[in-house]
Amino acid sequence: MTPPRRQRRSPGPGRPAAPAPDDAPTPDGAPAKEGEVRNPERLFVIGGEGGGERADIDLVTLIVARADPPVSATPEQAALLRLCAAPLSVAELSAYLSLPFSVVTVLLTDLLAAELVQARAPIVRQKVADRNLLEAVMHGLQKL
Amino acid sequence: MDFKSSDTIPGPRTEDRLPHTAEAAVKIVIVGGFGVGKTTMVGSVSEIRPLTTEETMTQAGIGIDDNYGSASKTATTVAMDFGRISITDELVLYLFGTPGQERFWFLWNGLFEGALGAVVLVDTRRLEVSFDVMGRLEERGVPFVVAVNTFPDAPRYPMAELRTALDLPEEIPILDCDVRRRASSRDVLMTLMRFLHSLALKGALT
Repeated sequence: MTPPRRQRRSPGPGRPAAPAPDDAPTPDGAPAKEGEVRNPERLFVIGGEGGGERADIDLVTLIVARADPPVSATPEQAALLRLCAAPLSVAELSAYLSLPFSVVTVLLTDLLAAELVQARAPIVRQKVADRNLLEAVMHGLQKL
Repeated sequence: MDFKSSDTIPGPRTEDRLPHTAEAAVKIVIVGGFGVGKTTMVGSVSEIRPLTTEETMTQAGIGIDDNYGSASKTATTVAMDFGRISITDELVLYLFGTPGQERFWFLWNGLFEGALGAVVLVDTRRLEVSFDVMGRLEERGVPFVVAVNTFPDAPRYPMAELRTALDLPEEIPILDCDVRRRASSRDVLMTLMRFLHSLALKGALT
């Protein structure tokens, strides 16, 4: 039996997107979690002036509160500030608040502007990776 | 009323809090088709119960995909499970399991761009599902390793045959794994890290 074959690609600008593979539920009828269609359930107050630039926030930017929620904070802002009394990634904030990543980003943009939170930027992949960083990660994984 | 609704939002359990010394995070992306075991892999190595971040795909995000382009107000929610491993008191590693379709990736700004690297998780029963993912990682210059989640009823191919089928150069590691086992999932991550380390050494020499 021979497996199906693919052809390697090289780095470069993205090609036109191929037709999307079908996202149909799995044959056994179990709902596919990814690509699941649901109706919007929640409205949220994200405040802000609207239309402004969003802060450069990554899923793994670590957020730490710098102050207690002010009385003027919306419930969402207050909840977020309470959650990040200790550092927490934006992904975790999104998960605990059950808010989409983009909504958390908008909330954080306002909180950063108001200096109510501090953002600790992630270490991103460089052209030449930092070997000390990679070695630290390997060492950490070895302890698992 | 004494309680604001926000008081009821569950936060991290005490043991799931990061120390105040946590300075920076890195991420690795685990990518593969539906049901290939991404979430299982995340869960087997994560120090926290895997969490889910969601994003809503709205009109602006549709463009290429007519399936969701109907005029109705239905929005598609795409979920991504993730876990966490504390490397040191200062450094945290996050693992994201993401669907293989590129149209989901842009929902999370910089998901792949900033990642140290990626694990392509494949199921030999549906090998072709992973072809497009690998091509897109190659185009974006994201380093990856290939992990074959060994389902009991899946066909077993000799590694050389698999490498040929996947058109992978010699230096890209391929390995078998059982993502339900922590040690096996950890070995996959270690293989990726060693590969990234070898790339870094090569980069330093040129």
